[in-house]
Amino acid sequence: MALAFDEYGRPFIIIKEQEQKTRLRGLDAQKANISAGRSVARILRTSLGPKGMDKMLSSPDGDVTITNDGATILEQMDVDNQIAKLMVELSRSQDYEIGDGTTGVVVMAGSLLEQAEKLLERGIHPIRIAEGYELASRIAVEHLERIAHKFEFGENNIESLVQTCMTTLSSKIVNRCKRQLAEISVKAVLAVADLERKDVNLDLIKVDGKVGGKLEDTELIYGIVVDKDMSHPQMPKQIQDANIAILTCPFEPPKPKTKHKVDIDTVEKFEALRRQEHQYFDDMVQQCKDVGATLVICQWGFDDEANHLLMHRNLPAVRWVGGVELELIAIATGGRIVPRFQELTAEKLGKAGLVREKSFGTTKDRMLYIEHCANSRAVTVFIRGGNKMMIEETKRSIHDALCVARNLIRNNSIVYGGGSAEIACSIAVEAAADRYPGVEQYAIRAFADALDAIPMALAENSGLQPIETLSAVKSQQIKIPTRVMQENNPHCGIDCNDVGTTDMREQNVFETLIGKQQQVLLATQVVKMILKIDDVISAAEF
Amino acid sequence: MNLDLAKPDPLPSYIYVLSDFLRGQQLFSHLFSSRVSALSFRSTPLRFYLFLVKAELIGWQHIDFGFEWRCTSISHFGMAIERILKDDASEEKGERARMASFVGAMAIADLVKTTLGPKGMDKILQSTGRGQTVTVTNDGATILKSLHIDNPAAKVLVDISKVQDDEVGDGTTSVVVLAGELLREAEKLVASKIHPMTIIAGLLRAFQLCIHVLSLHHYQIAEKFKTDLMKIAKTTLSSKILSQDKEHFAKLAVDAVLRLKYTSWLQGSTNLESIQIIKKPGGSLKDSFLDEGFILDKKIGIGQPKRIENANILVANTAMDTDKVKIYGARVRVDSMAKVADIEAAEKQKMREKVDKILAHGINCFVNRQLIYNFPEELFANAGVLAIEHADFDGIERLALVTGGEIASTFDNPESVKLGHCKLIEEIMIGEDKLIKFSGVEMGQACTVVLRGASHHVLDEAERSLHDALCVLSQTVNDSRVLFGGGWPEMVMAKAVDELARTTPGKRSHAIEAFSRALVAIPTTIADNAGLDSAELVARLRAEHNKEDSNAGIDVISGSVGDMSELGISEAFKVKQAVLLSATEAAEMILRVDEIITCAPRRREDRM
Repeated sequence: MALAFDEYGRPFIIIKEQEQKTRLRGLDAQKANISAGRSVARILRTSLGPKGMDKMLSSPDGDVTITNDGATILEQMDVDNQIAKLMVELSRSQDYEIGDGTTGVVVMAGSLLEQAEKLLERGIHPIRIAEGYELASRIAVEHLERIAHKFEFGENNIESLVQTCMTTLSSKIVNRCKRQLAEISVKAVLAVADLERKDVNLDLIKVDGKVGGKLEDTELIYGIVVDKDMSHPQMPKQIQDANIAILTCPFEPPKPKTKHKVDIDTVEKFEALRRQEHQYFDDMVQQCKDVGATLVICQWGFDDEANHLLMHRNLPAVRWVGGVELELIAIATGGRIVPRFQELTAEKLGKAGLVREKSFGTTKDRMLYIEHCANSRAVTVFIRGGNKMMIEETKRSIHDALCVARNLIRNNSIVYGGGSAEIACSIAVEAAADRYPGVEQYAIRAFADALDAIPMALAENSGLQPIETLSAVKSQQIKIPTRVMQENNPHCGIDCNDVGTTDMREQNVFETLIGKQQQVLLATQVVKMILKIDDVISAAEF
Repeated sequence: MNLDLAKPDPLPSYIYVLSDFLRGQQLFSHLFSSRVSALSFRSTPLRFYLFLVKAELIGWQHIDFGFEWRCTSISHFGMAIERILKDDASEEKGERARMASFVGAMAIADLVKTTLGPKGMDKILQSTGRGQTVTVTNDGATILKSLHIDNPAAKVLVDISKVQDDEVGDGTTSVVVLAGELLREAEKLVASKIHPMTIIAGLLRAFQLCIHVLSLHHYQIAEKFKTDLMKIAKTTLSSKILSQDKEHFAKLAVDAVLRLKYTSWLQGSTNLESIQIIKKPGGSLKDSFLDEGFILDKKIGIGQPKRIENANILVANTAMDTDKVKIYGARVRVDSMAKVADIEAAEKQKMREKVDKILAHGINCFVNRQLIYNFPEELFANAGVLAIEHADFDGIERLALVTGGEIASTFDNPESVKLGHCKLIEEIMIGEDKLIKFSGVEMGQACTVVLRGASHHVLDEAERSLHDALCVLSQTVNDSRVLFGGGWPEMVMAKAVDELARTTPGKRSHAIEAFSRALVAIPTTIADNAGLDSAELVARLRAEHNKEDSNAGIDVISGSVGDMSELGISEAFKVKQAVLLSATEAAEMILRVDEIITCAPRRREDRM
């Protein structure tokens, strides 16, 4: 195909160096793509649910990560295959949008691909399958809306939020103290949330960790924790009612950006320069002192002399504080970041009730706590744990829980977890399929089957008989229409923790509506994209 | 059986060969590299492996498989495997992944196992770097820190040992051994088809019980504070190189920590900074001593007083070479020699002024972190002031701390700078080296331990041991709960855990039982390392513990079961708690893994 002939019968080349490229076309291409997508999904399948297993990832530099967060696994896996990269993107976009359900979305896409393969073998055109999936996904999303519940929460009534966060955390390694972490996450989100605008800026929540101690020591600090200590070892370790000057200029003589030279050619000039230099330091410290600052936080370093002067004038200081942290401190204390000493005024100082240095363990590890800030809208979740990997995994888990809490504040609709929502959708899609006259009917039915994959994986990971359990739950959903719910009973899910009931309302397993909807939509989109590819041209391996 | 495999057209990229592992390995031994991967194939009754071989490697000539074989090319197999990972990356799944992590973790645990207990042996570590420096140690954290480990699960264990070292300072070996034992037990359970999550649930339940039991059985030390601290120090030191002189060193460590006691209680943290350890080769370990005061490993400048009484000390961090101009872009440009001389004179003048300012503080000792050049040194000598240059940063900080002075960098306001004071500064000799000793310092908490020993290796190990002891003691001072040692806490916990296992329904009880077995492995190892009959001793210990309020533990010295309270073997509660916590957490973490993905190693750029 790469070689064509013009009207005179002369050959010309369409694709250069054809023999060096591998090329897959038609059904083969689709099948290869599907199998690549599925093998990614297969990796994540065992990580789904409260009894899901973790993956151990060893990076190119030999660092070890242990996680069961879908997005992290895929990100660290360093995949080579193009289609596999699409799946990685899929999980990442779920992470950006929703923050949770990153594993579920990949598993769902994998099972959609699996079903599509069967249809392809029966000779249905990929575009028809894609269209059928599109229709089905719309049905599923609408149905989710129908079975969703709204629940109320307020500043004082956080129980329902905590329950939802606990569902998220239960699949992570931290499930030992999920209650405590869920409460921390919810409180943190509520502290920074703008309930009227229904918006949460997660940037205001800093998640920091220090190795040592135990997971139960994790705490929420209404303030900022900075991994720094006072610049001079003899400065006070604790400051009450601090007025904080937040500076981005170094305690050093200025370095103008333009190129310049100061020539010294006489003794007088030498002397003058020396005095000048001395004056600089004095002025700087004096300016800070004059506006009433009792603590200086600086992005840059200090000269030894400046350091001593600060200490001498009883003005504690912290140096080398990173830009992001500086901003957070500014937000929390209500101060302004000041780029020049001349612009320092009393109004620009931040206020904090208590600043203290705390040391950990037997090594010289110290951290600076800035608490009781003027504006408590910046908080820190401070994680402790047995080892570095534990801390990293906890950070990821907390991030997921924070995202869930944020989503609930944005939109307080929930669906029930444990695969119940997927089963309900599957039933609804299955029922709707028969109404479509075309070939799409088959695709829609396949979509319904694909939705079953998530509860199936949940059951499998929990050591239950997957098919048996799923069919039991499915029949339960259809069988008991209550008077309140005219339709089916969409609360039945997989009893992963062996509690004894399949009713997810009793087990308090919730997920957010938008998270679930997003999962269905994103998975469908990616599958459609993969199905539409019919030619894969890749350069030869080196 | 011979096979003439017709070369299929088109050539598939991979073929599968199904065989048992050993034969497959023989067959493909010359190709056995990353290009051939073995996948376990579970549906066959025997354990068969599927060898995935790059087809071009076989060459499609006459292949003599010589055994029961099945060979199929990809297209016939019906399952096209796409490689989704990069070429050198590898992926291990399910049982194999779990096996890899179990084996790795157990190998690490077995490595340090022999160093456990008072009769534990040491390891020699030889670095691969230049000089091939040798370290002899039996400190778990030090051993593991210096290993190059490829196995990801083993890295988890190394990590917990490091954290244990940072957090409590001791028990670095125990934590790894316990985690290894937990995994060894867990492996058996996994092999008998119990789901890892169920095992984890059991382990966590047992762990919570253990913490509870420990907090019931500890005793507070209040009255016989010092004797109890001595016991703890001795227990810690008994497994180290210092065990011969443990009495001596225990006393040394307790004295040092007790000096800190009051201030560190106030701070709520453990501040070991004011205990300085100086190592001087020569003499024997017994010659090590605790000095109440501060010793600085420096010499006194020539022509300066060797002994100062009632010293006023200025601790400084300032440049005492020619002070450079700090204004950016300044440079000296002159047009004649005379002017150079002028500026040099000005510089000298400047230095003289600086020295004068320093002298204006009314001091008779000046300690600087940076160099002091000959010129200012001479000026100081003329003024009869002792000037010490180039004290390192830690030294400066400690000196400022102990003498109560501040670290100064500017000298314009002599009246407001806090000076440090001490009763006596003198030059002392340890071995052949001269050191400066500051005695009668203001803050009573500071002290210096001078370690003497036959070689650097001995001294290094002695320092590590002493560090462990100091850490444990300072933790105990903060949290005064104490347990008996010699495997006593393990037996108490094992007993309680066993009872729990008996009353727990369901598969979890197997895991709980396993936890108790792992706990017993610690006294077993201690006995084994001492060359004792561990089975006999542990059995007797168990029987002993079935009585009420037993204090029985293993007495390694006499090789029998003894009463720990009489023998005075104690351990800090906090250490045991941290050991349990880290080990359980690590075991849980490794158990939860069902797949290991190793990325392709980062290629080094070829250097020209």
